[in-house]
Amino acid sequence: MSPSTRRLIVNMGWLTLVILALWQGLYALIGDIALRSPLATLQFTAKFVTTPQFATHLAETSKAFVLALSIAMASGLAIGFVLGLKRFASDIFEPFLIAIYSVPKITLYPILLLVFGLGLSAKVAFGAIHGIVPIALFTLNAVRNVKPVLLKTARVMGLSSTTTIRTVIFPSALPEIFAGLRIGFSLTLIGTLLGEMFASQRGLGFLLMNAIGLHNVDVIVMLTFLLTGFAGIAGIVLLLINRRITAQA
Amino acid sequence: MTKAGLIRLALIAVLLGALEVLVRIGRIDALTMQAPHKMLLDLYAMLASGKLNKAIAKTMGNAGFAFVIAVSLGVISGLMIHRMRRVRETLDPLFATYYAIPVFAFYPLLILLLGLGDAPQIFIGVMLGFVAVVVNTLNGLDRVPRVLLKTARVNGMNGLETALKITLPSAAPYILTGAKFAVAYSLIGVIGAEFIMSTGGMGYEISFAYNNFDNATMYPLIIMILVASISINMVISRWEKSLLKRRGLQ
Repeated sequence: MSPSTRRLIVNMGWLTLVILALWQGLYALIGDIALRSPLATLQFTAKFVTTPQFATHLAETSKAFVLALSIAMASGLAIGFVLGLKRFASDIFEPFLIAIYSVPKITLYPILLLVFGLGLSAKVAFGAIHGIVPIALFTLNAVRNVKPVLLKTARVMGLSSTTTIRTVIFPSALPEIFAGLRIGFSLTLIGTLLGEMFASQRGLGFLLMNAIGLHNVDVIVMLTFLLTGFAGIAGIVLLLINRRITAQA
Repeated sequence: MTKAGLIRLALIAVLLGALEVLVRIGRIDALTMQAPHKMLLDLYAMLASGKLNKAIAKTMGNAGFAFVIAVSLGVISGLMIHRMRRVRETLDPLFATYYAIPVFAFYPLLILLLGLGDAPQIFIGVMLGFVAVVVNTLNGLDRVPRVLLKTARVNGMNGLETALKITLPSAAPYILTGAKFAVAYSLIGVIGAEFIMSTGGMGYEISFAYNNFDNATMYPLIIMILVASISINMVISRWEKSLLKRRGLQ
């Protein structure tokens, strides 16, 4: 384990402790009306995750998320590579991507519902549109910023364009591409969950929305805890991989 | 205008034209999508009648308020966190994963804490926008040239003076990048909260219109939000570019 990795994990520990302390403090302030203590949440979570109801919703969310992420990654990388290699095309299309990135996509959910109908495809689409653009923009910049000397070397050595992409452009752009994938992962996750909250009858997002409607504090706090925990751990793992790739490049 | 810009305009025109034709000949049915010209007419009628002005003012006002708080609080926190290495290192993992956290899950809690008024919605907007501003401010502060800081010290500037005259102006382009995110996030926070639970505002009106198949209200409202966020973003981008250009960075 490298020193920087160890430091990151130590910091994570501290952060977790601080958050737990704040949580407990907030609970002392508010009480059971809108919050549960960390301990009660853990107990409730341990009980709830074994129920078949949880398993169904989790499976539904996982399926939607995996589909959305695959679509976002495949199209984001493809768009990024094509535009990164063609200067003129990226001059035309990059402003579109930036405009889409800056739009509050949550306002688009009624349109997606009308187009896709209530169900899996609407929330997959909602998750995917959150992830495609950051992946495409990061890939585009990564490919465009490959050092000209590397490309010249590839040309001098007479590499074909596919070989150049595979052996020169991709490896040298990888750290930045991975940073885009990391952000795309987070945004696709949140997009899928938002899609489930507004546009679905199944999945953890729906469960959360339902609990908000019924004011079921146990479920609200448990889901917030589970989702935040998952997002946090996945984010840290991806960050560690990202640092390793950057260090190697 | 550049050649790429012209092609871009032509593309938008072609897409809008295609949408118009597809809706007119009934390939896309009118319950799903309105013809673009109809959306504009509806938008004009909606604004002229003034019946949704209150909702529009509420949402835009709340989002604007959330934006101002997110940016000012974000810049100040950024300045403070930058000076505390330990705190920054501890917060780094949180910043890296923050945007995967479903912030809307905290909405019921916020309603109980802050009441059913505008406050919880503004709070959500601030929660979303704030971190983007902090992260970008830190990034900007990292790039302040050493020589400027040394000059400040040589001239005997105190901490506040250095921040106002040296570090903040120097980090300004990066802070503006954060501000761009804050525009989108404050709108997302406020509108999303209105979708979930509220009694007014554009988000509420959009979901109300959606539930009643009232496309004549839904599409104009959506278009207003999109146009507003894209144009604010373009203005900030211009500003950011001109700052960078003055320094010969772009």
